[in-house]
Amino acid sequence: MADVTIKINNVEYQVPEGSTILEAARMANIHIPTLCFLKDINEIGACRMCVVEVKGAKGLVTSCVYPVADGMEVFTHTKRVIDSRVKNLQLLLSTHNRECLSCVRSGSCELQSLCRLYDIREDSIYDGEKPKYELDGSAVHLVRDNNKCILCRRCVAVCEKNQGVGVIGPNERGFATNIGSAFNMKLADTSCVCCGQCIAVCPTGALAEKDNTIEVFTAIEDPTKHVIVQVAPSVRAGLGEEFGMPIGVGVEGQMINALRALGFDKVFDTNFSADLTIMEEANEFIQRVQNGGKLPLITSCSPGWIKYCEHYHPDMIPHLSSCKSPQQMFGAIAKSYYAEKAGIDPKDIVMVSIMPCTAKKFEIGRDDQAANGVPDVDYALTTRELARMIKRANIDFLKLPKEGVFDDPLGKSTGAGVIFGATGGVMEAALRTAVEKLTGKELENVEFTEIRGTDGIKEATYNVAGMDVNICVCSGTANANKVLNMVKSGEKNYHFIEVMCCPGGCVNGGGQPKQPAEVRNFVDIKALRAKALYDLDKERPIRKSHENPDIIALYDDFLGEPGSHKAHALLHTSYITRPMYNDPKSHPVKK
Amino acid sequence: MKAAQNIVPFSNDPAKEERLQGIIDKYKEEKGALIPVLQQAQDIYGYLPIEVQMAVAKGLDVPLEKIYGVVTFYSFFNLYPKGNYQISVCLGTACYVKGSRKVLDCLQETLNIEPGQCTTDRSFSLDTCRCIGACGLAPVMLINDDVYGRVLPAEVPEIIAKYQ
Repeated sequence: MADVTIKINNVEYQVPEGSTILEAARMANIHIPTLCFLKDINEIGACRMCVVEVKGAKGLVTSCVYPVADGMEVFTHTKRVIDSRVKNLQLLLSTHNRECLSCVRSGSCELQSLCRLYDIREDSIYDGEKPKYELDGSAVHLVRDNNKCILCRRCVAVCEKNQGVGVIGPNERGFATNIGSAFNMKLADTSCVCCGQCIAVCPTGALAEKDNTIEVFTAIEDPTKHVIVQVAPSVRAGLGEEFGMPIGVGVEGQMINALRALGFDKVFDTNFSADLTIMEEANEFIQRVQNGGKLPLITSCSPGWIKYCEHYHPDMIPHLSSCKSPQQMFGAIAKSYYAEKAGIDPKDIVMVSIMPCTAKKFEIGRDDQAANGVPDVDYALTTRELARMIKRANIDFLKLPKEGVFDDPLGKSTGAGVIFGATGGVMEAALRTAVEKLTGKELENVEFTEIRGTDGIKEATYNVAGMDVNICVCSGTANANKVLNMVKSGEKNYHFIEVMCCPGGCVNGGGQPKQPAEVRNFVDIKALRAKALYDLDKERPIRKSHENPDIIALYDDFLGEPGSHKAHALLHTSYITRPMYNDPKSHPVKK
Repeated sequence: MKAAQNIVPFSNDPAKEERLQGIIDKYKEEKGALIPVLQQAQDIYGYLPIEVQMAVAKGLDVPLEKIYGVVTFYSFFNLYPKGNYQISVCLGTACYVKGSRKVLDCLQETLNIEPGQCTTDRSFSLDTCRCIGACGLAPVMLINDDVYGRVLPAEVPEIIAKYQ
């Protein structure tokens, strides 16, 4: 696109035609503050934090949506601009619950940091009537506190546009406007998929996961409990951000050492059970291909996706792999195989998982996820909760050794397990195993690069043992919806589909460290974090799940074959059709 | 936001359902279909209960929340049916200073409904309105076409009783 010449604060710049003032200023290293703006999905110019002066324009303009024009003169920090931003912040504060001391977002809140930036000293000058909202803690994974909501609608945008779910939105109007569900239903009564993307984009403390850190600290202190922890692949790609490290720096070693320092009895790796998942899922795929089973087979690692499918496409349930997710497989094996080996009663084991995900909190309570008569997993914590634990335990994370080794026997993993966290990773891992099993030959190149990258929908066809296998990989449930509709209409004929609930896969999960919109809008976080995982994969001496010696031993000593009776009892699960809304009876008053 | 104490049971009939489906089919492919469909759905049913909103959500493939957001945004749309007797209390300036708020409170108590709602037997619905141009009679309320001026809160039960 052609360039236009504009002046920002009297300095001339050439910027691409069609950019917004916000983008143009960014190129000039001026970071105009925003609150409501989320690139591509929430460009509504509503919060008016990004206002700037444009010579000749009638009033202040919202730079996030205002396109540049040749000869335009922009002023980004005049007194008029700053006064306006200050007033906007003070107005937002007039109905805001300002109890920052007890707020989960204190220190990382975008509203708070803007108030400091603009030196807001009088935070109550516009105080008047304050709406009082009840907290919605109905869902297992999050709490909504509308007393801290600034109505930016970022949560609404991700829910509707990225996830195709749309169970939250603005209700009522004017002063009564509030973000909630239809007919003021509790979130738990809607078809919310628990992905937590709304939490990830909330600028304030209005949305937060349900915190289980105290329960885990308590379990660790209990001498009668054997507390073991498993960590999902993506956690090591994100955790460093919580300690001020750049995005995309892998911190596997520091993470292992921090978990040991926290006092977990054993530190295991979900990558191990990711390898196990591949063994079962590749086997399931081969069985379905060879025995005329339901195709396409669709992956089942992502509990948000599973819940989405159960609400929105229950007719596709027979296509879902019956494999439990790696988190749940891990718990089932820990409380059987490991318990037996270690001579510990499964009832005395507390299985904690660290996940980039909030839907994992929902998954642990699902039916058919307690293979040993006790829940497979007891607590599912997000990456953010782990960071909170590390900080609360006063551990100097940045100084921990970079070398660290997981405990045996559930700690060894392959490169295939590591890449589970990136969109396309599960498929690639499954192909590494399925192709070798089907052809009986060793793969020359284990990297299936066609299905890498952060595109929402990716396709590839591989010729395996004489059969063209059509693959689809998608992430973000809005994309999953598109793919399923194409499958149903017959437009596409896939054999194997990987679906991840969150855009970009687990590295961008709803439980990952929060990055402010200022970063989100200009940096591809998911690509950077995914790279950390692909780098780890490259470093691993073994890169195929079926070559993991501990997995081989697990089958030899305990499970028998993939898909065996025992494997089915422990590692597979079932799904149910879920209604879109639970019995909606209460009709609220409209003001 | 309080939940209604009384929920008027929804009665569907196949003819209405068919008409609604016809409207949905007509607008389905159009951009900006939601508001005309809701307007016409309200013409059919008189209000937009959850059952109707769900049918529109399904028909237009729009999340129910989006529809509810629109319905609660525009005062034109009703979540509750209108009663045989539609009561309207003026909250315009003159009526307000003459105590129409207390009249409204008394109506709410007598009928056990909130403004915007309808009694379960569908006999009374309660709304507020702005100036009806009868300031000299403030506070004023309307029951269908009957105008009541200089209403005292204490008179409310008696007035209602006339219609029961």
